[in-house]
Amino acid sequence: MSNLFDLLVAGLATGAIYALVAVGFTLLWQTSQTINFAQGEFVMLPAFLMLAAMHVGAPFWLAIILGILLSMILLGLAFKLLLVDPMMRHGVLPLAIATMALAIGIKESVKQFFSAEASPFPSIVPTGDVSILGHAVSLQSIGVLVVAILAVVGLTTLLNRTSLGHQMQAAAQNPTVARIIGVPVERMIMLTFLINAFLVALASLLITPIYLAKFSSGEVLGQAAFIAAIVGGFNQVRGAIAGGLLIGVLDNLAAAYVSTQYRAAVPMLFLIAVILFRPQGLLGRAEERTV
Amino acid sequence: MSGFARSLKIALGLAIIAALIIVPMNFNRYGLFILSQWAVMSIAAMGLNLTLGYAGQVSLAQGAFVGIGAYASAIMTTHGWPLPAAILVAIVLSFAIGWVLGYPALRVQHHYLAFVTLAFSTLAFLVFRNESWLTGGIYGISNIPRPHIFGFATNRPLPFYYVCLGSLAIVSLAVWWLIRSPWGRAFMALRENPLRAQSLGVDTRRYTLMAFAIGSALGGVAGALYAPLTQYIDPVPFNLSLSLDLLMMVIVGGAGFYFGPFLGAMIAVLLPEWLRFTDGYYLMLYAVAVMLLLIWSPTGILGILDRYLAERRTKAASALRAVAKSRLETAQ
Repeated sequence: MSNLFDLLVAGLATGAIYALVAVGFTLLWQTSQTINFAQGEFVMLPAFLMLAAMHVGAPFWLAIILGILLSMILLGLAFKLLLVDPMMRHGVLPLAIATMALAIGIKESVKQFFSAEASPFPSIVPTGDVSILGHAVSLQSIGVLVVAILAVVGLTTLLNRTSLGHQMQAAAQNPTVARIIGVPVERMIMLTFLINAFLVALASLLITPIYLAKFSSGEVLGQAAFIAAIVGGFNQVRGAIAGGLLIGVLDNLAAAYVSTQYRAAVPMLFLIAVILFRPQGLLGRAEERTV
Repeated sequence: MSGFARSLKIALGLAIIAALIIVPMNFNRYGLFILSQWAVMSIAAMGLNLTLGYAGQVSLAQGAFVGIGAYASAIMTTHGWPLPAAILVAIVLSFAIGWVLGYPALRVQHHYLAFVTLAFSTLAFLVFRNESWLTGGIYGISNIPRPHIFGFATNRPLPFYYVCLGSLAIVSLAVWWLIRSPWGRAFMALRENPLRAQSLGVDTRRYTLMAFAIGSALGGVAGALYAPLTQYIDPVPFNLSLSLDLLMMVIVGGAGFYFGPFLGAMIAVLLPEWLRFTDGYYLMLYAVAVMLLLIWSPTGILGILDRYLAERRTKAASALRAVAKSRLETAQ
């Protein structure tokens, strides 16, 4: 039993990261039909931006701020203006391919300009264990969980409680009508790109101390986040959160109880089952078919 | 005009074929390997072009089928079977699995389908890596023999390049015939408007499955050639990134254009080699080149050509119209 508890906590902590990444993914999809195959690399890059800032002598807190700002400029602003905008009118598939190329580009740039080796990364949460209900739980897991939950709660509050959030949702759900009632749709779309860039920077900050900063670490993470988004509901923020937590827990349980070799297969099989029986995702609403 | 253009086209085609046969004769080992790789990847990309470009079904699993073909060929030929038999098995196996993979396509479309096939790709990779009794696990299978064709050993790079080129030629002819057959038209009808295709009596169910199965079978053929080409296989080359690469080849070359896969494979295989003089920067430049190309022309390289030709035709037609109009006016 004690084992199960530990697995659940660790699973929720990784799941919270997946959720953060998956939320950004669904935001971009909703507002601009962008499937970002580079989302995993988007999480990998900010850690290196922060490391680079520290290399030139910035203290950790300043590096974090710089990293987040640079991430919002590069992965939010530049990504939208330079790649998504020119590609948008061409449809979903060419844009998806372009983001694949972007993923290669980011990965190779980091490898070339920084290092092909894994670098350690300082943690914002102190290491060590605390005792909860007689179990030793790592502070890092709890810290990750708490920060991720705060971020997600903040985001959902923004979306559901503020007028800005309502405008964003309107822009996402029906751009034409939103435009008619005076929502600055373009600005709202840009805002979602910036929020996505902020979320990936945050995820980067949380996850890199655990898994080290490595140029190739985006692949697995991006895939997990996609699965989480699909499983939970491609077009729902809360779906992405639920999907993220579910995949995180499932992944950890599969490693312990199924087999370490096929642990990656369990979320995949789950994904196939969900797509076949509930294509809109567990919490998603069905999108009308356009034929 | 058309007679001249036609013979020009045929002459150009013959020149390219002759160049593909003659020029590599004085290539070194590495050049021949790259060129053989181009031929093999063209076959795999042609398969994906049938599924994606002609039938409009997004698949991220083509790399997995290359892997299935490669393992089938590696396991059989190292146990003494001849390569043609291994290719046959690779075709049958990939066709059957591709058929089954087509079933989700009957239920879900577009990005959902992409993710089902992506999941399949990952599962196939796990099987290659973990079932070591069959696949050798992470250690892979080495000493894969190259075939004897009509008594000729093709161990050296040049003869084996001709094996790859010959296979590419056979596959090209088969695909050429296929897309001009009623099947090919049914595929295109499926891509353009599934509902209308159905109302015209196209059995959409069967053709969707067929598109997946035939496309996958060509992936299997490519894999069956890839194994003797590299003479050593392990799971790594067949992971998801191969599927993504193949998808990129089809889109960059021009999805739905017959010559798209040849060009796409050329860019994906040769361009990084040409850019190698830039040291570690070549994949970066490659990525930037792909992005710029897609921004410029989302229908790939052949899309640019197609637009250019269409523009010229409209210009020529409007010029003719203008001439006819002025004649009409002077006659009045």
